[in-house]
Parts: sequence; C-alpha cells; structure tokens
Amino acid sequence: MTEKIVVGYDGSDSAKRALGFAAERAKAINATLVVAHVLEWSPYSFLTPTEVEERHKRRTEELQRAEQALLAPAVAALDTGGLTVQTVLKYGHIAETLCKIATDNDAAQLVIGRQGHSNMASRLFGSVAGTLAQVAPCPVTIVP
Amino acid sequence: MTRNDIRKTTLPAVATSVVAALMMARSAGASTLDETINTVFANSTGWFVSLIFSNFPGTSFPWIVAWLVVAATVFTIYFGFIQFRAFPHSIALVRGDYSDPNDAGEVSHFQALATALSGTVGLGNIAGVAVAVSVGGPGATFWMILAGLLGMASKFTECTLGVKYRNEYADGTVSGGPMYYMTKGFAERGLKGGKILAVLFAIFCILGSLGGGNMFQSNQAHAQLANVFGDYPGWITGLVFAGVVFAVIIGGLKSIARVTEKVVPFMGILYCGTALVIILMNYDMIGTAFGQIFRGAFTWDGAVGGAIGALIQGFRRAAFSNEAGVGSAAIAHSAVRTKEPITEGFVSLLEPFIDTVVICTMTALVIIITGQLVTDPNTGMFILNEAGTQVKTLDGSSGVALTSAAFSSAFGWFRYVLAIAVIMFAFSTMISWSYYGLKAWTFLFGEGQTKEIIFKVIFCIFTWIGAAASLGPVIDFSDAAIFAMAVVNIIALYLLMPVVKREMNSYLSRLKSGEIRKFA
Repeated sequence: MTEKIVVGYDGSDSAKRALGFAAERAKAINATLVVAHVLEWSPYSFLTPTEVEERHKRRTEELQRAEQALLAPAVAALDTGGLTVQTVLKYGHIAETLCKIATDNDAAQLVIGRQGHSNMASRLFGSVAGTLAQVAPCPVTIVP
Repeated sequence: MTRNDIRKTTLPAVATSVVAALMMARSAGASTLDETINTVFANSTGWFVSLIFSNFPGTSFPWIVAWLVVAATVFTIYFGFIQFRAFPHSIALVRGDYSDPNDAGEVSHFQALATALSGTVGLGNIAGVAVAVSVGGPGATFWMILAGLLGMASKFTECTLGVKYRNEYADGTVSGGPMYYMTKGFAERGLKGGKILAVLFAIFCILGSLGGGNMFQSNQAHAQLANVFGDYPGWITGLVFAGVVFAVIIGGLKSIARVTEKVVPFMGILYCGTALVIILMNYDMIGTAFGQIFRGAFTWDGAVGGAIGALIQGFRRAAFSNEAGVGSAAIAHSAVRTKEPITEGFVSLLEPFIDTVVICTMTALVIIITGQLVTDPNTGMFILNEAGTQVKTLDGSSGVALTSAAFSSAFGWFRYVLAIAVIMFAFSTMISWSYYGLKAWTFLFGEGQTKEIIFKVIFCIFTWIGAAASLGPVIDFSDAAIFAMAVVNIIALYLLMPVVKREMNSYLSRLKSGEIRKFA
C-alpha cells in the first residue's frame, strides 16, 4: 500500500499553494494524493421548517457544486505526472472532519493552507490550521 | 370529490372572500370594521366555537380536553408505555449516536426536534401556566405534568405516521402530515373516508394557522410591547411584524430566520435557567411547594373547584401548550430524512416532555415558590379574589403579568427579558404555523409558486390584523379550529395505530438483536 497525503482544499489562494506543495511532496515519495473539501455543517444548528423541508435538495446541490466548481477544476489543473489523485467531500466541523479523513485514509501527512491574516473571529475561536496543529493524528504541514 | 374538483371550486371562493374582506377594510373605518367582523364572525361561527369548547353537562370540563387526554391514555397503554421505555433511546437518537456520519449535511434529529419545538414553546408556557395555577391552584401542576407525560405517546404516534406516509418529490423535497396519512394510510388499510378527513383537517389547519398560530400571536406580542413601552396603536406592531414575516416567508430572508432560530433556544434556556436559580434561591420552600402541588391535586385547598378544578386546569394547559394529538407536529417532523419512520416518533416524544413537563413546570414552580398565591395564614387554604374567579395573587395580576411578577420578585430586570422572550416565541410560532398552513393549503389547492405566494400574502395580512384589532370572536374561532384539527386527527390515529405498532415492534426487535447499532 502506498502512503497517502491528505490536503485540505477550499479554493482559496493559500489552499492552492498547499495543494501545489502537497502534490510535489506526493510525487517525491510516490504517495497517493487525497484532495479533501469539507462543507461546514453542524447537526446542532437551527433551521426553519422550510429549510428542513429543502435540506436534502440543497445538500445535493451543494455537493454537486463543490464537486464541479471546486474539486474537479483543482484536480484538472494539477500537473499530475503519474500521480494518483483521490477526492473526498464531507460535511462537518472543518478541523474535526479533516482529522477524521486523515485517520480513515491512514494518512502519512496532512497539508493545509492558512489564512494570511488573523482576524478577531479566529483569535476568539481558533483557526482551522491552529486546531489541526494541535489535534491532528499525523504530521501537519501548514503552507502560508 | 376528487382533488382537482376541490381545487377548482374552493380557490376562487377563498380568493373572493379575502378580496371582499379587504374591500370592507378599505370602505369602513377601523373601529367599525372590528365591530363588523366581530358580529359577522360571532353570528356565523359561534355554534362551532361552542361545540368545540362545550363542557360535559353539569361540569366545566371541555369535552375536547377529555378527547385529547383519553387518546393520549389509549396510546400510552396500546404502545406499552413507550414514552418511558424508549426515553433513553430517544435521547441517544437526538445526540446523533445512531446517525450515519456519511449522512452529515442532512437534517439531524436534533434539528427536527428544535424546529418542531420552536412552534409549540410560546405563550402557553408562560401565560397559560399562570392562568392554570392561579385558577386551579398549585394542584393543577400535578395534572399538567401527568397530561404532558401521556401526551408524549400521542406525539409518538402522529409523527411516526407523518414520516411513514409523506410524499417525496423528484427534486428531493417532501410534504407530509396528517393529510397524507389520512389519504395514503387509509387507502393502504382499505379504510374509507380518508379523503374527507384529510380535507377537513386541511381546512381546520389553514384556519388555525391564520388564527391561533398567527393573529393570536401578534395580538399577544403587541399586548406585551404595550405593557413595557406604554400604550400605542396596535397596527404599528402589526405592520412591523407583518413586514418581518413577509421578509422571511416570501422574501426568503434567511438572516432574520437565522437570528430568530438562534435567539429562541437561547431564550428558552435563559428562561429555564433563571427559573432554576429562583427555585434554588428559595430551596427552603421546595418542600412546601411540592406539598401544595400534591395536596391541591387530590384535596380541597381553597382554589377554584378544588381537586377537580385543578385537574381541569392542568389538563387544559398541557393540551393547549404541547399540541400533542393536534397533528401540527406531524407536519413539522415529516420532512426529516430517515430510513426508519419510527425514529422520528421516538424523537418527537421528547417534545411534550420538554414543553410541558420541563418548561411549564418551571413556570408553575416559580409562581408557587415565590409565594404569588395568597394563602390564609391560619388555615393554609388559598384565598380567592373578590370575583371568586381565581386565587388572590400578591399584586392582583394574572396571565403573563403574574409570571412576570413572580420572576421579577427575584430579579427585577427579568420583566424585560420576559417581554423579549414572549415576542421571540410569538414570532417563531408564527413562522412554524405559516409552514403548517402552507402545507394544508398546497394539499387542497396543489403545489405551485403562485398558489403558495397567495397563501403567504394572506398570512401576512392576518398578522397585521391580529395586532391591530381585538377580534375576540375571530380568535375564539381560530382556537376552535386548532382543536377541531385534533378531533379529525385523533380519529385517524386510532384507525392507523396498528401500523405504528408494527413499525415499533420491528424496530425494537432489530435494536435488541443488534441489527441497528450505534455508529462509533
């Protein structure tokens, strides 16, 4: 079994840099690259009755959009050069779900970008990169 | 009559009557309009209201309350006290222990429960309970809790059926509720009359949603605002409320809905938390309070009607507050995606528990423990007010004002929190009932954007009217309509309960054998 490198990808500039970096690393050690995108979702948020009714429809649309507008172009743009690329699309808390994806894939490494600026919200609640650095099940590389 | 016929005949009729009402509104002055509507309504619908709310001969016990409590008792026995047996499993379902992580992004059991609860938690929990304990005495609390516990079985039955017989459409949306289990469930079991019941239910549901679920709410929200800010014309509140409701249900303005749905649970928790703090502050009174509750439930303690009065008030309040058996919750829960309809039944049985057994009881305990009800220092019996209609309270208040006085006796600032809570609860109840009404509307007239917008506009107009006018007979009628829903719904529940039992036995045996397991 080849090693796997999981990269968190959300379409931002830093995520693009992280993807590029992860692809280089994967080629270097001949690993499989897993491009993961997490749609922020809490099972404890509150919805109106209409939102409850339309949820399944919206979820299908959201998954389709993420696949078509985000993951597919990212993979297509990648200079694969014989690299095996998989994609994963999940709902959940971003940091927790990325950890879960890393565990499920028995990842050798987790690569993520980070937001260049530190805003008030991430100071208060912690950033994804900061959280992952503390709780990830494997070595984490944070790409600026 | 087929569904198409109904569509053709009733839609123009409803539209005409709405237009006629609007024309009247334009031609007549505001005060005379109130009077006109009141008279017309009182004359044409008075018989219906008195029929629904009439008492058993020689008592002051409304038969509709007995109808709900008897049904709840029958379901409790028929399903072998499922509300107690399945309680731990219900909690596990809500916590997501049995949810497949790959289904994340779908509506969770917790979200379904929270959405349905926001439609029932409201004025009943704050004002209604105050009425119950001030008229029936502390003993009413005992009967209220009992009725709440029994009502859990009614919710379990109706919500399971709601999910089982819903309609699923190609685009992934769903429509469900009593209308659908009445038609599809009856057809499946070879029973007749399902269509008639469904049409009746849908009509009552539309009327109830416009009245009790809308006009009454905006009316009471205005009363609460006027109480805090001083008196001002109701049409101002009405216009603001109608505008906000319009923005949410027609404009699809998610931000307001989102804010409400965040504030409402917060208010609920704050309300219960404060109640708990007040109860603990008066811990030396807890024994006395429970003594009063148990004594009042079975003996003559000086409150209106003695133990029977306490029973009537307690049962009434529970039935009016948690809506178990009315069928509204079946509409709310049916949109959830689950492979097992019965799981939604398990989750929904927590609703009467939270609404009645927890929140209503908190209100009652705070009123009792802070000593709002005046007793004779020599005999320990309650003293009635001069009219003899309720127990004398410290400052002579009743309803929301009594709850407000009880909470403010411990924390003076709480009256403002309570005012905001009442308004938020009223608003979330309106949003929920606009959905219930819409589902009944589309059942009668068919789905379609124009038809749906017609209903939503009518709904907003009634929001405005509700706050602007004091339309006693109209509100009586719409309350009666909500309980008429229960008459029709419970007949269907009796006929379809074997279906629920089959689902329940199958599920419970698979749970026991380990076929249904927790996700790690």
